[in-house]
Amino acid sequence: MTRRVVITGLGVVAPNGSSVPEFEEAIRKGQSGIRHVEAMAEAKFGCTVGGVPQGVDELAEAAFAADELLAMNMSHRYASLATLEAWKDAGLEQPERESEAVDWDTGAILGTGIGGMDTTAAKVVPLTDAGKAKRLGSTSVEQVMASGISARISGQFALGNQVTTNSSACSTGAEAIAMGLERIRAGRAERMICGGAEAASHYIWAGFDAMRVLNRGSNDEPEKASRPLSASAGGFVPGAGAGVLVLESEEMARERGATIYAEVAGQGLNCGGHRTGGSMTAPNPDGVRRCIQMALSDAEISPDEVDAINGHLTATGADPREVGSWAAALGRGPGELPPITSTKSMVGHTLGAAGAVESVACILMLQGGFVHPSINCEDVHPEIEPYASSIPHTLREMEDLKVIVKAGFGFGDVNACLVFKKWED
Amino acid sequence: MDQSEIMGTVVKILTPWVKNEDALQSVSMETSILDDLKVNSARLVDVVIAFEDEFDIEIEDEDVDSVNSVGDAVQLISGKLG
Repeated sequence: MTRRVVITGLGVVAPNGSSVPEFEEAIRKGQSGIRHVEAMAEAKFGCTVGGVPQGVDELAEAAFAADELLAMNMSHRYASLATLEAWKDAGLEQPERESEAVDWDTGAILGTGIGGMDTTAAKVVPLTDAGKAKRLGSTSVEQVMASGISARISGQFALGNQVTTNSSACSTGAEAIAMGLERIRAGRAERMICGGAEAASHYIWAGFDAMRVLNRGSNDEPEKASRPLSASAGGFVPGAGAGVLVLESEEMARERGATIYAEVAGQGLNCGGHRTGGSMTAPNPDGVRRCIQMALSDAEISPDEVDAINGHLTATGADPREVGSWAAALGRGPGELPPITSTKSMVGHTLGAAGAVESVACILMLQGGFVHPSINCEDVHPEIEPYASSIPHTLREMEDLKVIVKAGFGFGDVNACLVFKKWED
Repeated sequence: MDQSEIMGTVVKILTPWVKNEDALQSVSMETSILDDLKVNSARLVDVVIAFEDEFDIEIEDEDVDSVNSVGDAVQLISGKLG
């Protein structure tokens, strides 16, 4: 029998809340974390708004040692803060730095879409070009290497199992959780710290602005700028942050008397092969449908048992196709589709962190028995209009919420889907 | 700048990298940077950059090889300052 894998801890650093309690309050209220970003304006971007987590340096300075802070760029700070919160939330002791004990049963899969490009752009390139590479010091490599964030937390928490960073564009965060699920199921680890992080940096966001996929039409109204599902959606709003979930085998969670929040019941990972409408930048709808169905089948959940959907839903032209794919995958048409919501409407698109930040939202919704509002879509897109009754514009109480499905799609036509189930013995 | 002033600045620069804070309390010219203060050896390059900036001097790679104790760093810097 497949081992059951449960979630025992949550941590988040998001544009509308730099901790789980703040984030939960914000998503319940439909509070946007999108603000004007001066660096984007100075660099003459078409889009000058973004989702930037607030107060992070102060939180990091209170939590981490001086030598660590000197080597932690923004994604390191987000990832470490979210991991620390999730670790404590799971009832685990933070190891002493002086202790030589290693936790061989716990690993980490913490992904990023772009990595330390903020450090590359602000330090590596200018200093190297000026003939001053020596001045990069010792902390540059660990901040720009793709696995920097997982490497960072492995030291902070003395992790001894597999520690790696996955990267699959905007499906990264969800993929990390799927990969952690499989490692525990396979009996290769008892506990995995899973999620993703992405820095806030105009260097990271510049290429997206050049592609004209960022919303240029709402710079004067930042809180209204992220408009998934809307007729007036004009592209996504870039965001940043981290989401971290502590995944554990049911046995270990029970043995140590941990509070179990939910079960990761199934996962689907695939790629649309850049065919049938799929490309580097757009998902093949067959791939999306198959991915969702793969996750449901893995979870042994029938489509009519799905109580809510947390979509990828970025506010680009792909939203109507995505809603169509959900309907096709579940075989539930207009009037039958369960509530479908977009966390990005409040935090923007946090790229490699998105699947993880939004999975934290899913677990909070399962625990609290609600579906958070999908804001800024009062004018539902005409192609989505038949499904309008499924879109919660304000918080929808759902005491009987048992199954929520989360999907994320990324450049390269890659898809990830997770099925979260309310924990029942 | 006298040696005690230089030592004060050297200790200030080393402080964020020190893992053994007890050793920092009783720091002297004989204190070993790696063995006593438990500064990660990879971080010495960051310490040297900070010395260069703070004292407005240039430190060659081979100079660094002779630095083991706080006193070695103070000697190196005072020599550069002339």
